[in-house]
Amino acid sequence: MTATPYVVLSAIIFTIGCVGVLTRRNAIVVFMCVELMLNASNLALVAFARQHGNLDGQIAAFFVMVVAAAEVVVGLAIIMTIFRTRRSASVDDASLLKY
Amino acid sequence: MYSQITAWHDAAVNIPVVDPSPTSGVLSLAWLVIALPLAGAVILLLGGRYADKWGHLLGTALPIGSFVVSLLMFVSLLGRDANDRQVTQHLWQWFDVGRLHVGFDLLYDPLSALFLLLITGVGSLIHVYSIGYMEHDPRRRRFFGYLNLFVAAMLLLVLSENYLGLFLGWEGVGLASYLLIGFWQHKPSAAAAAKKAFVINRVGDIGMSLAIALMFVTFGTTSFTGVSHLAAGASDNTLNALGLLLLLAACGKSAQVPLQSWLLDAMEGPTPVSALIHAATMVTAGVYLIVRSNFIFELAPKAQTVVVIVAVVTLLWGAIIGCAKDDIKKALAGSTMSQIGYMMLGAGLGVGGYAFAIFHLLTHGFFKANMFLGAGSVMHGMNDEVDMRRYGAVRHAMPITFLTFAMGYLAIIGFPGFSGFWSKDKIIEVALADNWVVGLFALLGAGITGFYMTRLMLMTFFTEKRWKEDVHPHESPAVMTVPLIVLAALSVLGGVMLAGNWIQDFLAPVTGVAPHENPPLPAIVVTLLAVLVVAVGVATAWFLVGKREVSVTAPQDVSFATTAARNDLYGDAINDALVVRPGKSLIRTLLSIDRYGVDGVTTGGPIALGALAGQLRRVQNGFVRSYALSLLGGVLLVVLALLVVNVG
Amino acid sequence: MTAFWILAPIMVIAALGILFVRKAVHAALLLAVVMMSLAVLYLVLQAPFLFAVQIIVYTGAILMLFLFVVMLVGVDASDSVVETIRGQRILAILAGLVLGLVLVTGLGQITLGTAVGLDNANSGGNIQALADILFSRYVFAFETTSALLITAALGAMVLAHRERLGPKPTQADLAHQRVRDYAEKGLHLGPLPPPGVFARHNSVDTPALLPDGTAAEASISRVLAARGTVRSAPELADDIETVQRRLEAFGDDTARGRGSAPASTEKDAE
Repeated sequence: MTATPYVVLSAIIFTIGCVGVLTRRNAIVVFMCVELMLNASNLALVAFARQHGNLDGQIAAFFVMVVAAAEVVVGLAIIMTIFRTRRSASVDDASLLKY
Repeated sequence: MYSQITAWHDAAVNIPVVDPSPTSGVLSLAWLVIALPLAGAVILLLGGRYADKWGHLLGTALPIGSFVVSLLMFVSLLGRDANDRQVTQHLWQWFDVGRLHVGFDLLYDPLSALFLLLITGVGSLIHVYSIGYMEHDPRRRRFFGYLNLFVAAMLLLVLSENYLGLFLGWEGVGLASYLLIGFWQHKPSAAAAAKKAFVINRVGDIGMSLAIALMFVTFGTTSFTGVSHLAAGASDNTLNALGLLLLLAACGKSAQVPLQSWLLDAMEGPTPVSALIHAATMVTAGVYLIVRSNFIFELAPKAQTVVVIVAVVTLLWGAIIGCAKDDIKKALAGSTMSQIGYMMLGAGLGVGGYAFAIFHLLTHGFFKANMFLGAGSVMHGMNDEVDMRRYGAVRHAMPITFLTFAMGYLAIIGFPGFSGFWSKDKIIEVALADNWVVGLFALLGAGITGFYMTRLMLMTFFTEKRWKEDVHPHESPAVMTVPLIVLAALSVLGGVMLAGNWIQDFLAPVTGVAPHENPPLPAIVVTLLAVLVVAVGVATAWFLVGKREVSVTAPQDVSFATTAARNDLYGDAINDALVVRPGKSLIRTLLSIDRYGVDGVTTGGPIALGALAGQLRRVQNGFVRSYALSLLGGVLLVVLALLVVNVG
Repeated sequence: MTAFWILAPIMVIAALGILFVRKAVHAALLLAVVMMSLAVLYLVLQAPFLFAVQIIVYTGAILMLFLFVVMLVGVDASDSVVETIRGQRILAILAGLVLGLVLVTGLGQITLGTAVGLDNANSGGNIQALADILFSRYVFAFETTSALLITAALGAMVLAHRERLGPKPTQADLAHQRVRDYAEKGLHLGPLPPPGVFARHNSVDTPALLPDGTAAEASISRVLAARGTVRSAPELADDIETVQRRLEAFGDDTARGRGSAPASTEKDAE
């Protein structure tokens, strides 16, 4: 049993997450897609940990989760703040910082 | 140092070289003549309002002090032997640059002596007169400060021993003239006139500075002593060029054609300024320059011819303008221009004419200052009215002014016995002897002088009164009439200087002695001819002005000649067409070349880059998703590159 | 491998669903599916600790946070289908397809060989083994994450904090305001009327009836009115006679004898 199917699955989910970030406009959904990408990478890490027979990959996945948690907290707070001032959760509406 | 050259130099023409001896005794006070009014200018201009109360008194006392010193020096000079009348005083070494060594030296000789007396004498009288004339002006102290500055600069001009010092004084009088023409700077016309005088004088100054530079290149020195010793060694072309450059300078300062147009506008200044600067002294600096540079002009016959041409044109030009002007000061200014033309004519005629040019300069200084001050007195009594059509029959209201003015009038038209008669007659005589065409023009000028001065006299003092209701003409105070009386006396008696050919002999160390020639006509015939021409001019004026009614407004249906004369013979229009407009378009062309050509080359690159950046910054559209897309594009590139590298 | 082949399609479909559903709350639920499936895959991949953490932290905490925010922003908030940035969607899909193809083909060509397996590493227990590594080799990184988490918590607090612009109104202020509103605008002074709660319909979705028999609009919640789930009290009164009859019948039964009473109630309840 090799890790290849898991890695391929991880790549597919990662790609889906990418496209989601690029196409969706609701900031919360965009954020969910980012989480999707993080999870996809976690899957690859865990699969490779098993492939190589050591636990470093799992530790890395663990750290990714921690960072993701922190990121979600701050990110959602930012979304809330933007929503409070603009009454909109669309990422396209926050486009004042430009040329 | 110059002895070797002198040897063969003497053989040429009878041009006296400047060869002064050091000063001694009273003559050592020469520096004081300049220092006194200069100190006055410094005190009055820096003293601020603390000097308001006594400023005019100090400002008058110092030129009088200068006059006393000048008089003492003059007496001392007379006491010397005729061959020992050139003295020099070395004050300090001005600067040494390379081969150029310039000392701050003063030269006192008969020519300077006469100028000193004229400047300080007439200057003092005009200062006294100004006390009364400027009494109600809140800036009187400043006025006297400027006048003192002028006197100091003028004295430096005539006392300097080298062309650089002369140039310093030359610029000093230019500055004072500018300040005084624009003294009533609240009037836009006065400010514009001051600017015009300043700018046109700069044209002359270019000639002066180029002449000085050429002198330094040719002779290695700018002192009168050095140049006069070395002049004969220079080439004809150089000397002619020098002469023409000096003539250009003289034209600028003395309002000769083609640089004449500033003088009429300069009448915007207070009347004492017109009398002192624009009649008696400063405008004659050009004549002084040419007489002083006789050692150059005598060796440059072409330049001398040009001087004569300029002089003749100017003396007619000014006289014609004088005929048509209704503004009393402008009529007098035209007359001044014309009379300076006579002086230039005398100076251009060479050794025979120098002394008479200076003689006419002195008498003109007396009678023209007299008439300007008289005109000022009339204006003073007529609520500052300058239009002669608004005068008439003023003689009853102002008897002293009338009588003194009449003395000046008789002097300028050349009434036998008066000072102007002697001086002008001599110039005409020399001119006729030199070239009969020039002589005839000079005679014609005398006739026109008779016409326009009579016209001025009649319109102002005779005919019926035409002044406005609220004008009450009255005689001026004594402080103004006393200078008038003194100047009137000088106008009458100025001819004494010619007694026994005194002035010729006195000036001989500077101007040389003319070889005796047989004139084509006897002197008495010339004199009678001149008197006759003047009489015709006076009579014409009597029939055209005195016998007719003078209208209060200038008639418009007049001949072309009158219109042209009223417009200063289109001097400004000629300047505009020949200089101002081509200059402007040249500058505009240069400006556009600079802006679009030179600047375009240097700024074109940055502008193109800026335009490119302006387009590129559109990429920064503010949408996070666009940025994320470009990020993904980058990732794709990296992944594909890795793939290519690994597969390859 | 059975679990993988079952879960993998589910995960891909759920992930694609996130791309296409319009409501954020549906996306959150689909994400929950992906995460739960992932947790199971972790278990298959011999990572029991991560299995637990995935469920507790991701599905339990982070996803709940998402749902909270979705609630705050509005459950109904949904994207419009129109793409505002020109070319964005096409380019995104194109780039995504290329990336996916490159990754899948690239990874598919790699032969990884048989997995070593974690039996050896997990011999002393997965959690103990992880702890062993975490607190030795990765201790510094681990401690650093604490700083990260505290910073994140503080940041969230700062961002979510709202400055009070005016003084907090007291109860007295509120009472005064109400009286003033009544005096100036004629607003109702007292408490709003309660909904019509009847014995049979123990519910707030039925408005109270005014003395003239019409419904009192103010007696029900605005949300219910907006949803259109308000019921009408008179309509509910249609079967009142049936009920009365039953009650009478029940009363008769009780009068005749107690024995059959329970059966009758049982029948009524049906």
